[in-house]
Amino acid sequence: MSYLAVENVSKRFGGLLAIGDASFTVEQGSITGLIGPNGAGKTTMFAIVSGFLKPSSGRVLWQGREITGCPPHQLARDGIARTFQIVQPFAGLSVRENIAVGAFLRHRRRADALALAEQVAERVGLSHELDKPAAALTVAGRKRVELAKALATEPKLLLLDEVLAGLNPSEVRDIVPVVRAIRDGGVTVLMIEHVMQAVMNLCDAVHVLAQGRIIAGGTPAEVVGNPAVVEAYLGHGAATRLAGHA
Amino acid sequence: MTARDLLPIAVFAAVAALLPVFVTSGTWLNFAVFTLIVTLAAQGWNILGGYGGQYSFGHAAFFGTAAYATALLQVRFGVNPYLAFALGVMAAGLVGWIIGLLSFRSGLRGSYFALVTLAFAEVFRVLANASAFTGGAAGILIPLDVRPGNFQFASRAIFYWVALALVVAALLITRTLERARLGAHLVAVRENEDAARALGVDALAVKLSAIALSAAITGAAGALYAQYFLYLDSNIAYGTWISVEALLGPIVGGAGTAFGPVIGGILLHSLGELARKLLGSVPGLDLALFGVLLILVVRFPPRDIPGLLRRRARR
Repeated sequence: MSYLAVENVSKRFGGLLAIGDASFTVEQGSITGLIGPNGAGKTTMFAIVSGFLKPSSGRVLWQGREITGCPPHQLARDGIARTFQIVQPFAGLSVRENIAVGAFLRHRRRADALALAEQVAERVGLSHELDKPAAALTVAGRKRVELAKALATEPKLLLLDEVLAGLNPSEVRDIVPVVRAIRDGGVTVLMIEHVMQAVMNLCDAVHVLAQGRIIAGGTPAEVVGNPAVVEAYLGHGAATRLAGHA
Repeated sequence: MTARDLLPIAVFAAVAALLPVFVTSGTWLNFAVFTLIVTLAAQGWNILGGYGGQYSFGHAAFFGTAAYATALLQVRFGVNPYLAFALGVMAAGLVGWIIGLLSFRSGLRGSYFALVTLAFAEVFRVLANASAFTGGAAGILIPLDVRPGNFQFASRAIFYWVALALVVAALLITRTLERARLGAHLVAVRENEDAARALGVDALAVKLSAIALSAAITGAAGALYAQYFLYLDSNIAYGTWISVEALLGPIVGGAGTAFGPVIGGILLHSLGELARKLLGSVPGLDLALFGVLLILVVRFPPRDIPGLLRRRARR
């Protein structure tokens, strides 16, 4: 039994088929990547797994239990947390208060929630920004807040939607060990990512989504060598042309 | 809550409680009681509007429901006034919860929510005006029977202290909410509902708790109004005036802060009274003044008056 299993999930928006019959699994304790060209349906897939969207058909199983259509707050309580690709800070609140909203999930007392918020901030490198308004942070800072808020809910499964997008190479280098440390702390991670250097570095397994379908899966090295994947990114015939150059 | 949270409330309570010692004029005490009643209504609005970001234009629905319930229970059923007061507050909370369920479950936000609450208040006003049970257009009179056991006092000062006690209680409730998980969740829903839901916040449940609490506090203002003036009609109880008063104070004084509605309410009423004294009694002058103030506050948002002072101090 897989830890998380997406089975034959489809999602239609009117006439548009965003995801068509996609299936993949995530193993417990892994960092699994979900990659694919823009518009492939990755974020839609995340919205389905985290309960923000109901699939048109298919189901999602977590630890053997069907969670299809459970509302997001219920899933968060059960232990699935997500970040948003477009960061969603509570703009009027300080960094500390932002993270505390997540921490309140399992800690009713304010003092406990604030203590956990500080502890999480340290893990993601936000200790010095705790009292700044979230709106005053740089892009990299906001991404860290996004990560910290989700971590503060003390999840078992963490869904990261492009936490590295928009960061410069040195910022990426800073965050990669943070993600690895989260996994080493016992959290299973499913991440959407475009920064291939990070995917190669971090992921134990990768699934490739293109035009709403899963076209490949395997270790990062297997996947980047797969002609179907190369063509999905670079266009039809690209794989043979590249092979010809080599 | 820490001592630092409670100190400003204690200071306010102590200073305000001394007022009747110095002010003995009936007119001024009357003005002070009325200001406190409106402030209490505004404190109720501030829970849902200020902390929750759900701008209601129809808090008259809660003010009026509690006012009518208090009056009718006494007049028609002979219920003890104190009990009637408590039941009135509960009735307002229940009406708030039901209106919340109907509108929040359908996903109404922003101006749509504001319009629906306005519509509810208007429907109640029309019904109260038409029904014989509520006294119709003639209104309803609570018979004068001045006994403390009857929640009627010969001295205005006592009523002032009762109103003040309720305002202070609402301050304490607000401060407790601020420090509690519900308050953190409510503010999170205001700032970004989807992000809050992703962090395990049941947005609907949080908004329902907030509107019930908000309605109950504004209801307490309505019940107190009925008990103080001993007369109600549909235009007083369910009139737009109280919906506007309830949101004006917090917006001017600082929505989403404990003292915002208190500062705003006192400031607005003092200004209105001052204008009347200085410029004579042109009808509706205070309302025109409130309108100008509201435009200024919305156009140049200081966030709140304490915030403005802090900002000045930092420069």
